[in-house]
Amino acid sequence: MARPRLYRTPAVVLKRMDLGEADRIITLYTRLHGKLRAVGKGVRRTTSRSAGHLEPFTLVDVLLATGRELEVVSQADTISAFRRVREDVNLTSHAYYLAELTDLLTEDRSENQGLFLALAGSLEALEEGEDPRTVVVSYQLQLLSVLGYRPQLRECLRCTAPIEPGTNQFSAHLGGVVCSRCGSMEASARPIQTDVLKLLRHLQQAAGTTRVPSVPEAVSRDAELLMRDYAEQIVEKHLRTPALIARVQQATGAAGP
Amino acid sequence: MQVTIEPISKVVEAFASLPGIGPKTAQRLTYFLLRAPEETARSLAEAITEMKGAVRFCTLCWTITDVEPCMICTSPARDQAMLCVVEEPLDILALERTRVFKGVYHVLHGALDPLHGISVDDLKIPQLLRRLEGESPVREVILATNPNVEGDATAGYLERLLRPLGLQVTRIARGLPVGGDLEYADEVTLARALEGRRSA
Repeated sequence: MARPRLYRTPAVVLKRMDLGEADRIITLYTRLHGKLRAVGKGVRRTTSRSAGHLEPFTLVDVLLATGRELEVVSQADTISAFRRVREDVNLTSHAYYLAELTDLLTEDRSENQGLFLALAGSLEALEEGEDPRTVVVSYQLQLLSVLGYRPQLRECLRCTAPIEPGTNQFSAHLGGVVCSRCGSMEASARPIQTDVLKLLRHLQQAAGTTRVPSVPEAVSRDAELLMRDYAEQIVEKHLRTPALIARVQQATGAAGP
Repeated sequence: MQVTIEPISKVVEAFASLPGIGPKTAQRLTYFLLRAPEETARSLAEAITEMKGAVRFCTLCWTITDVEPCMICTSPARDQAMLCVVEEPLDILALERTRVFKGVYHVLHGALDPLHGISVDDLKIPQLLRRLEGESPVREVILATNPNVEGDATAGYLERLLRPLGLQVTRIARGLPVGGDLEYADEVTLARALEGRRSA
Protein backbone atom coordinates (compact mmCIF):
# COMPACT_ATOMS: atom_id res chain seq x y z
CA MET A 1 0.00 0.00 0.00
CA ALA A 2 1.46 3.37 -0.97
CA ARG A 3 1.90 5.77 1.89
CA PRO A 4 0.41 9.24 1.53
CA ARG A 5 2.46 12.24 2.60
CA LEU A 6 0.75 12.48 5.95
CA TYR A 7 -1.10 9.59 7.51
CA ARG A 8 -2.51 8.44 10.80
CA THR A 9 -2.11 4.99 12.27
CA PRO A 10 -2.33 3.25 15.61
CA ALA A 11 1.08 1.93 16.65
CA VAL A 12 2.95 0.32 19.51
CA VAL A 13 6.26 1.92 20.46
CA LEU A 14 8.93 -0.79 20.44
CA LYS A 15 12.07 1.16 21.29
CA ARG A 16 13.81 4.44 20.82
CA MET A 17 17.26 5.82 20.37
CA ASP A 18 18.56 9.31 21.07
CA LEU A 19 19.46 11.39 18.04
CA GLY A 20 21.39 14.64 18.18
CA GLU A 21 20.57 17.22 20.84
CA ALA A 22 16.89 16.65 21.59
CA ASP A 23 15.52 14.23 18.98
CA ARG A 24 14.85 10.53 19.06
CA ILE A 25 14.49 7.75 16.52
CA ILE A 26 11.42 5.80 17.53
CA THR A 27 10.78 2.26 16.31
CA LEU A 28 7.04 1.73 15.94
CA TYR A 29 4.99 -1.29 15.06
CA THR A 30 2.14 0.31 13.15
CA ARG A 31 -1.17 -1.19 12.22
CA LEU A 32 -1.06 0.06 8.64
CA HIS A 33 2.55 -0.41 7.60
CA GLY A 34 4.18 -2.83 10.02
CA LYS A 35 7.45 -1.88 11.68
CA LEU A 36 8.89 1.49 10.81
CA ARG A 37 11.23 4.04 12.26
CA ALA A 38 10.31 7.65 12.77
CA VAL A 39 12.10 10.74 14.04
CA GLY A 40 10.54 12.45 17.03
CA LYS A 41 11.78 16.03 16.86
CA GLY A 42 12.54 17.68 20.16
CA VAL A 43 10.90 14.91 22.16
CA ARG A 44 13.67 14.90 24.77
CA ARG A 45 12.80 18.39 25.93
CA THR A 46 10.71 18.48 29.12
CA THR A 47 8.11 20.67 27.46
CA SER A 48 7.70 18.38 24.45
CA ARG A 49 4.05 17.73 23.69
CA SER A 50 4.54 14.22 22.41
CA ALA A 51 7.35 12.89 24.65
CA GLY A 52 5.10 11.12 27.15
CA HIS A 53 3.14 9.54 24.32
CA LEU A 54 6.21 7.97 22.72
CA GLU A 55 7.53 5.90 25.60
CA PRO A 56 8.13 2.19 24.87
CA PHE A 57 5.11 -0.11 25.09
CA THR A 58 2.62 2.72 24.66
CA LEU A 59 -0.26 2.09 22.28
CA VAL A 60 -0.43 5.39 20.49
CA ASP A 61 -2.29 7.11 17.69
CA VAL A 62 0.41 8.74 15.58
CA LEU A 63 0.29 11.19 12.71
CA LEU A 64 3.33 10.49 10.55
CA ALA A 65 4.84 12.49 7.73
CA THR A 66 6.49 10.40 5.05
CA GLY A 67 10.22 10.95 4.87
CA ARG A 68 12.87 9.62 2.56
CA GLU A 69 14.27 7.07 4.95
CA LEU A 70 12.60 7.79 8.25
CA GLU A 71 9.11 9.05 8.89
CA VAL A 72 8.66 12.13 11.05
CA VAL A 73 6.27 12.07 14.00
CA SER A 74 3.92 14.98 13.57
CA GLN A 75 1.53 14.25 16.43
CA ALA A 76 1.15 11.48 18.99
CA ASP A 77 -1.73 10.72 21.28
CA THR A 78 -1.90 7.85 23.76
CA ILE A 79 -4.60 5.22 23.25
CA SER A 80 -3.38 3.10 26.13
CA ALA A 81 -0.35 3.75 28.31
CA PHE A 82 -0.38 0.31 30.01
CA ARG A 83 0.42 1.95 33.27
CA ARG A 84 0.70 -1.23 35.32
CA VAL A 85 3.17 -2.65 32.82
CA ARG A 86 5.25 0.46 33.19
CA GLU A 87 5.15 0.64 36.96
CA ASP A 88 5.79 -3.01 37.79
CA VAL A 89 9.34 -3.86 36.79
CA ASN A 90 8.49 -7.55 36.41
CA LEU A 91 5.83 -6.71 33.82
CA THR A 92 8.14 -4.13 32.21
CA SER A 93 10.81 -6.78 31.71
CA HIS A 94 8.28 -9.05 29.99
CA ALA A 95 7.10 -6.16 27.79
CA TYR A 96 10.74 -5.61 26.80
CA TYR A 97 10.79 -9.26 25.77
CA LEU A 98 7.73 -8.77 23.52
CA ALA A 99 9.36 -5.69 21.97
CA GLU A 100 12.68 -7.44 21.38
CA LEU A 101 11.02 -10.43 19.71
CA THR A 102 8.97 -8.16 17.46
CA ASP A 103 11.92 -5.99 16.54
CA LEU A 104 14.25 -8.89 15.76
CA LEU A 105 11.80 -11.06 13.83
CA THR A 106 10.06 -8.50 11.63
CA GLU A 107 11.21 -6.56 8.58
CA ASP A 108 10.77 -2.80 8.12
CA ARG A 109 7.57 -1.73 6.39
CA SER A 110 6.12 -5.18 6.07
CA GLU A 111 2.44 -4.80 6.85
CA ASN A 112 0.85 -7.30 9.18
CA GLN A 113 -2.33 -6.29 10.97
CA GLY A 114 -2.62 -9.64 12.72
CA LEU A 115 0.76 -9.14 14.33
CA PHE A 116 -0.11 -5.62 15.40
CA LEU A 117 -3.25 -6.94 17.10
CA ALA A 118 -1.31 -9.79 18.74
CA LEU A 119 1.24 -7.33 20.14
CA ALA A 120 -1.34 -4.87 21.43
CA GLY A 121 -3.38 -7.78 22.82
CA SER A 122 -0.38 -9.22 24.65
CA LEU A 123 0.42 -5.87 26.27
CA GLU A 124 -3.23 -5.65 27.29
CA ALA A 125 -2.99 -9.16 28.78
CA LEU A 126 0.05 -8.12 30.84
CA GLU A 127 -1.84 -5.05 31.99
CA GLU A 128 -4.82 -7.21 32.96
CA GLY A 129 -2.65 -9.32 35.24
CA GLU A 130 -2.47 -12.53 33.21
CA ASP A 131 0.59 -14.68 33.90
CA PRO A 132 3.41 -12.75 32.19
CA ARG A 133 5.46 -15.76 31.16
CA THR A 134 2.52 -17.53 29.54
CA VAL A 135 1.54 -14.30 27.78
CA VAL A 136 5.04 -14.14 26.31
CA VAL A 137 4.83 -17.76 25.12
CA SER A 138 1.44 -17.11 23.57
CA TYR A 139 2.84 -14.07 21.75
CA GLN A 140 5.88 -16.04 20.58
CA LEU A 141 3.56 -18.62 19.01
CA GLN A 142 1.41 -15.97 17.32
CA LEU A 143 4.46 -14.10 16.06
CA LEU A 144 6.11 -17.24 14.69
CA SER A 145 2.86 -18.29 13.11
CA VAL A 146 2.15 -15.05 11.22
CA LEU A 147 5.75 -14.90 10.03
CA GLY A 148 5.61 -18.40 8.59
CA TYR A 149 7.57 -20.22 11.29
CA ARG A 150 4.57 -21.87 12.94
CA PRO A 151 6.01 -24.76 14.97
CA GLN A 152 4.56 -28.18 14.15
CA LEU A 153 3.12 -29.56 17.39
CA ARG A 154 0.78 -32.34 16.22
CA GLU A 155 2.78 -34.63 13.95
CA CYS A 156 6.34 -35.86 14.10
CA LEU A 157 8.44 -33.72 11.76
CA ARG A 158 10.46 -36.72 10.61
CA CYS A 159 8.04 -39.64 10.27
CA THR A 160 4.74 -37.62 10.24
CA ALA A 161 3.20 -39.99 12.81
CA PRO A 162 0.73 -38.25 15.15
CA ILE A 163 2.38 -37.25 18.41
CA GLU A 164 1.19 -39.38 21.35
CA PRO A 165 1.53 -38.31 25.00
CA GLY A 166 4.80 -39.59 26.45
CA THR A 167 8.45 -38.96 25.81
CA ASN A 168 8.62 -36.60 22.82
CA GLN A 169 11.30 -34.15 21.77
CA PHE A 170 11.30 -30.60 20.44
CA SER A 171 13.77 -29.62 17.77
CA ALA A 172 14.49 -25.90 17.39
CA HIS A 173 16.41 -26.76 14.25
CA LEU A 174 13.44 -28.46 12.53
CA GLY A 175 10.86 -26.18 14.15
CA GLY A 176 8.58 -28.59 15.93
CA VAL A 177 8.17 -31.87 17.77
CA VAL A 178 9.59 -35.24 16.84
CA CYS A 179 8.35 -38.54 18.30
CA SER A 180 10.38 -40.58 20.76
CA ARG A 181 11.69 -42.91 18.05
CA CYS A 182 12.87 -40.12 15.74
CA GLY A 183 14.12 -37.93 18.64
CA SER A 184 17.24 -40.03 19.11
CA MET A 185 18.25 -39.33 15.51
CA GLU A 186 17.88 -35.54 15.82
CA ALA A 187 20.91 -34.06 17.59
CA SER A 188 19.29 -30.67 18.32
CA ALA A 189 16.17 -32.18 19.88
CA ARG A 190 15.39 -31.63 23.55
CA PRO A 191 12.83 -33.54 25.62
CA ILE A 192 9.42 -31.87 25.88
CA GLN A 193 7.06 -32.77 28.73
CA THR A 194 3.50 -33.67 27.79
CA ASP A 195 2.13 -30.77 29.89
CA VAL A 196 4.40 -28.31 28.07
CA LEU A 197 3.30 -29.68 24.70
CA LYS A 198 -0.35 -29.38 25.76
CA LEU A 199 0.17 -25.75 26.80
CA LEU A 200 1.87 -24.90 23.50
CA ARG A 201 -0.90 -26.58 21.49
CA HIS A 202 -3.57 -24.79 23.47
CA LEU A 203 -1.90 -21.38 23.05
CA GLN A 204 -1.30 -22.00 19.36
CA GLN A 205 -4.94 -22.87 18.80
CA ALA A 206 -6.28 -20.00 20.96
CA ALA A 207 -3.99 -17.52 19.15
CA GLY A 208 -4.53 -14.86 21.77
CA THR A 209 -8.32 -14.93 21.64
CA THR A 210 -8.76 -16.13 25.23
CA ARG A 211 -7.05 -15.43 28.54
CA VAL A 212 -3.94 -17.55 28.93
CA PRO A 213 -4.49 -20.53 31.26
CA SER A 214 -2.75 -20.59 34.61
CA VAL A 215 -0.24 -23.41 34.65
CA PRO A 216 2.49 -24.48 37.08
CA GLU A 217 5.59 -22.29 36.84
CA ALA A 218 7.77 -25.18 35.65
CA VAL A 219 5.49 -25.73 32.64
CA SER A 220 5.43 -22.12 31.46
CA ARG A 221 9.16 -21.81 32.09
CA ASP A 222 9.95 -24.85 29.94
CA ALA A 223 7.58 -23.65 27.22
CA GLU A 224 9.25 -20.23 27.20
CA LEU A 225 12.73 -21.80 27.03
CA LEU A 226 11.79 -24.01 24.06
CA MET A 227 10.18 -21.13 22.15
CA ARG A 228 13.12 -18.85 22.98
CA ASP A 229 15.51 -21.47 21.59
CA TYR A 230 13.43 -21.68 18.44
CA ALA A 231 13.28 -17.89 18.00
CA GLU A 232 17.03 -17.59 18.60
CA GLN A 233 17.60 -20.30 16.03
CA ILE A 234 15.62 -18.26 13.48
CA VAL A 235 17.27 -14.90 14.09
CA GLU A 236 20.69 -16.45 14.80
CA LYS A 237 21.13 -14.16 17.78
CA HIS A 238 20.84 -14.37 21.52
CA LEU A 239 17.89 -12.50 22.95
CA ARG A 240 18.96 -9.90 25.50
CA THR A 241 15.80 -9.34 27.50
CA PRO A 242 15.37 -12.77 29.19
CA ALA A 243 18.45 -11.95 31.32
CA LEU A 244 16.67 -8.90 32.75
CA ILE A 245 13.57 -10.97 33.57
CA ALA A 246 15.80 -13.42 35.45
CA ARG A 247 17.52 -10.62 37.40
CA VAL A 248 14.23 -9.02 38.38
CA GLN A 249 12.86 -12.32 39.59
CA GLN A 250 16.05 -13.01 41.49
CA ALA A 251 15.73 -9.67 43.28
CA THR A 252 12.07 -10.38 44.04
CA GLY A 253 12.98 -13.81 45.36
CA ALA A 254 15.41 -12.22 47.78
CA ALA A 255 12.79 -9.69 48.90
CA GLY A 256 9.96 -12.19 49.26
CA PRO A 257 6.66 -11.85 47.41
CA MET B 1 44.78 10.61 -7.89
CA GLN B 2 43.72 10.45 -4.22
CA VAL B 3 45.64 12.88 -2.04
CA THR B 4 45.72 11.97 1.63
CA ILE B 5 48.00 13.72 4.05
CA GLU B 6 48.45 11.31 6.90
CA PRO B 7 48.70 13.80 9.87
CA ILE B 8 45.57 15.61 8.67
CA SER B 9 43.45 12.56 8.06
CA LYS B 10 44.39 11.28 11.52
CA VAL B 11 42.92 14.42 13.11
CA VAL B 12 39.82 14.25 10.89
CA GLU B 13 39.21 10.67 11.95
CA ALA B 14 39.68 11.54 15.62
CA PHE B 15 37.10 14.33 15.40
CA ALA B 16 34.68 12.17 13.44
CA SER B 17 34.71 9.60 16.25
CA LEU B 18 33.11 12.15 18.62
CA PRO B 19 29.33 12.09 19.16
CA GLY B 20 27.32 14.41 16.92
CA ILE B 21 30.23 15.12 14.55
CA GLY B 22 30.04 13.86 10.99
CA PRO B 23 32.81 13.67 8.40
CA LYS B 24 32.21 17.20 7.07
CA THR B 25 32.24 18.87 10.49
CA ALA B 26 35.37 16.88 11.34
CA GLN B 27 37.06 18.23 8.23
CA ARG B 28 36.00 21.79 9.02
CA LEU B 29 37.33 21.58 12.60
CA THR B 30 40.60 20.10 11.39
CA TYR B 31 41.18 22.81 8.78
CA PHE B 32 40.30 25.47 11.32
CA LEU B 33 43.00 24.16 13.63
CA LEU B 34 45.42 23.89 10.74
CA ARG B 35 45.08 27.60 10.02
CA ALA B 36 44.81 28.74 13.64
CA PRO B 37 47.88 29.87 15.58
CA GLU B 38 49.88 27.03 17.06
CA GLU B 39 48.92 28.22 20.56
CA THR B 40 45.23 27.42 19.95
CA ALA B 41 45.92 23.84 18.96
CA ARG B 42 48.40 23.30 21.75
CA SER B 43 46.15 24.62 24.51
CA LEU B 44 43.30 22.43 23.27
CA ALA B 45 45.53 19.36 23.26
CA GLU B 46 46.88 20.21 26.72
CA ALA B 47 43.40 20.83 28.16
CA ILE B 48 42.26 17.41 26.97
CA THR B 49 45.33 15.61 28.30
CA GLU B 50 45.09 17.42 31.64
CA MET B 51 41.42 16.57 31.97
CA LYS B 52 42.04 12.89 31.34
CA GLY B 53 44.87 12.88 33.86
CA ALA B 54 43.17 14.83 36.65
CA VAL B 55 39.54 13.79 36.46
CA ARG B 56 38.47 10.42 37.80
CA PHE B 57 35.47 8.76 39.37
CA CYS B 58 34.78 9.24 43.07
CA THR B 59 35.08 5.76 44.58
CA LEU B 60 32.15 6.46 46.92
CA CYS B 61 29.50 8.00 44.68
CA TRP B 62 31.04 7.44 41.20
CA THR B 63 30.57 10.99 40.05
CA ILE B 64 33.37 12.66 38.11
CA THR B 65 35.77 14.53 40.37
CA ASP B 66 39.28 15.90 40.58
CA VAL B 67 39.69 15.11 44.28
CA GLU B 68 39.13 11.75 45.88
CA PRO B 69 36.59 11.28 47.47
CA CYS B 70 34.59 14.05 45.81
CA MET B 71 33.66 17.37 47.43
CA ILE B 72 30.06 16.38 48.08
CA CYS B 73 30.94 13.06 49.72
CA THR B 74 33.43 14.70 52.12
CA SER B 75 31.48 17.89 52.89
CA PRO B 76 30.46 18.09 56.60
CA ALA B 77 27.43 20.14 55.56
CA ARG B 78 25.88 17.21 53.68
CA ASP B 79 23.46 14.81 55.31
CA GLN B 80 24.97 11.34 55.00
CA ALA B 81 21.64 9.71 55.91
CA MET B 82 20.04 10.75 52.62
CA LEU B 83 21.30 9.12 49.46
CA CYS B 84 20.03 10.20 46.07
CA VAL B 85 20.52 7.73 43.20
CA VAL B 86 20.89 9.33 39.76
CA GLU B 87 21.70 8.06 36.27
CA GLU B 88 24.45 10.47 35.18
CA PRO B 89 26.95 12.90 36.75
CA LEU B 90 25.14 15.72 34.91
CA ASP B 91 21.99 14.89 36.90
CA ILE B 92 23.87 15.89 40.07
CA LEU B 93 24.56 19.33 38.58
CA ALA B 94 20.87 19.70 37.76
CA LEU B 95 19.79 18.68 41.28
CA GLU B 96 22.43 20.90 42.89
CA ARG B 97 21.08 23.90 41.02
CA THR B 98 17.80 23.49 42.92
CA ARG B 99 19.65 23.98 46.26
CA VAL B 100 16.95 21.83 47.86
CA PHE B 101 18.78 18.57 48.35
CA LYS B 102 21.38 18.40 51.13
CA GLY B 103 22.22 14.73 51.10
CA VAL B 104 24.78 12.72 49.12
CA TYR B 105 24.57 11.02 45.73
CA HIS B 106 25.22 7.78 43.92
CA VAL B 107 25.72 7.78 40.15
CA LEU B 108 24.66 4.63 38.27
CA HIS B 109 26.17 5.68 34.93
CA GLY B 110 23.10 4.75 32.91
CA ALA B 111 19.77 2.99 33.22
CA LEU B 112 18.60 -0.53 32.44
CA ASP B 113 17.98 -0.79 28.71
CA PRO B 114 17.98 -4.42 27.61
CA LEU B 115 17.15 -3.58 23.99
CA HIS B 116 20.41 -1.66 23.74
CA GLY B 117 22.34 -4.17 25.81
CA ILE B 118 22.59 -2.19 29.08
CA SER B 119 22.16 -4.74 31.86
CA VAL B 120 22.42 -4.71 35.65
CA ASP B 121 26.14 -5.44 35.51
CA ASP B 122 26.87 -2.39 33.36
CA LEU B 123 25.60 -0.04 36.08
CA LYS B 124 27.13 0.87 39.46
CA ILE B 125 24.52 -1.23 41.26
CA PRO B 126 26.87 -3.66 43.06
CA GLN B 127 28.80 -0.59 44.29
CA LEU B 128 25.56 0.89 45.62
CA LEU B 129 24.73 -2.32 47.47
CA ARG B 130 28.21 -2.47 49.01
CA ARG B 131 27.80 1.13 50.12
CA LEU B 132 24.52 0.37 51.87
CA GLU B 133 25.60 -2.84 53.57
CA GLY B 134 27.03 -3.03 57.07
CA GLU B 135 27.46 0.13 59.14
CA SER B 136 25.99 2.50 56.60
CA PRO B 137 24.72 5.91 57.84
CA VAL B 138 22.11 5.96 55.03
CA ARG B 139 18.48 5.92 56.22
CA GLU B 140 16.68 6.99 53.07
CA VAL B 141 17.43 6.21 49.44
CA ILE B 142 15.82 8.57 46.92
CA LEU B 143 15.55 7.04 43.45
CA ALA B 144 15.95 9.97 41.06
CA THR B 145 16.27 8.11 37.77
CA ASN B 146 14.65 9.63 34.71
CA PRO B 147 10.84 9.40 34.52
CA ASN B 148 10.87 7.21 31.41
CA VAL B 149 10.55 3.46 30.89
CA GLU B 150 14.28 2.79 31.35
CA GLY B 151 14.49 4.97 34.47
CA ASP B 152 11.33 3.45 35.94
CA ALA B 153 12.55 -0.07 35.26
CA THR B 154 15.85 0.77 36.98
CA ALA B 155 14.05 2.31 39.96
CA GLY B 156 11.68 -0.67 40.16
CA TYR B 157 14.58 -3.08 40.12
CA LEU B 158 16.50 -1.12 42.77
CA GLU B 159 13.43 -0.88 44.94
CA ARG B 160 13.10 -4.67 44.96
CA LEU B 161 16.79 -5.03 45.66
CA LEU B 162 16.90 -2.48 48.51
CA ARG B 163 13.62 -3.33 50.24
CA PRO B 164 15.14 -6.20 52.30
CA LEU B 165 17.83 -3.86 53.68
CA GLY B 166 15.24 -2.11 55.85
CA LEU B 167 15.81 1.37 54.40
CA GLN B 168 13.24 3.92 53.44
CA VAL B 169 13.18 3.85 49.62
CA THR B 170 11.46 6.74 47.85
CA ARG B 171 11.01 7.77 44.22
CA ILE B 172 11.06 11.41 43.12
CA ALA B 173 7.61 12.79 42.33
CA ARG B 174 6.51 13.54 38.82
CA GLY B 175 4.02 15.87 37.34
CA LEU B 176 3.68 18.64 34.84
CA PRO B 177 6.66 20.70 33.74
CA VAL B 178 6.75 24.45 34.30
CA GLY B 179 5.61 26.00 31.04
CA GLY B 180 3.73 22.82 30.08
CA ASP B 181 0.19 22.41 28.93
CA LEU B 182 -2.48 20.14 30.48
CA GLU B 183 -4.09 19.53 27.11
CA TYR B 184 -0.98 17.89 25.72
CA ALA B 185 0.04 15.94 28.81
CA ASP B 186 0.05 12.16 28.48
CA GLU B 187 -2.25 10.19 30.75
CA VAL B 188 0.47 8.67 32.95
CA THR B 189 1.93 12.08 33.80
CA LEU B 190 -1.51 13.54 34.41
CA ALA B 191 -2.63 10.62 36.57
CA ARG B 192 0.50 10.87 38.69
CA ALA B 193 0.22 14.64 38.92
CA LEU B 194 -3.31 14.17 40.28
CA GLU B 195 -2.30 11.44 42.71
CA GLY B 196 0.58 13.52 43.99
CA ARG B 197 -1.45 16.71 44.41
CA ARG B 198 -0.93 18.88 47.47
CA SER B 199 -3.20 21.14 49.46
CA ALA B 200 -2.88 24.60 47.95
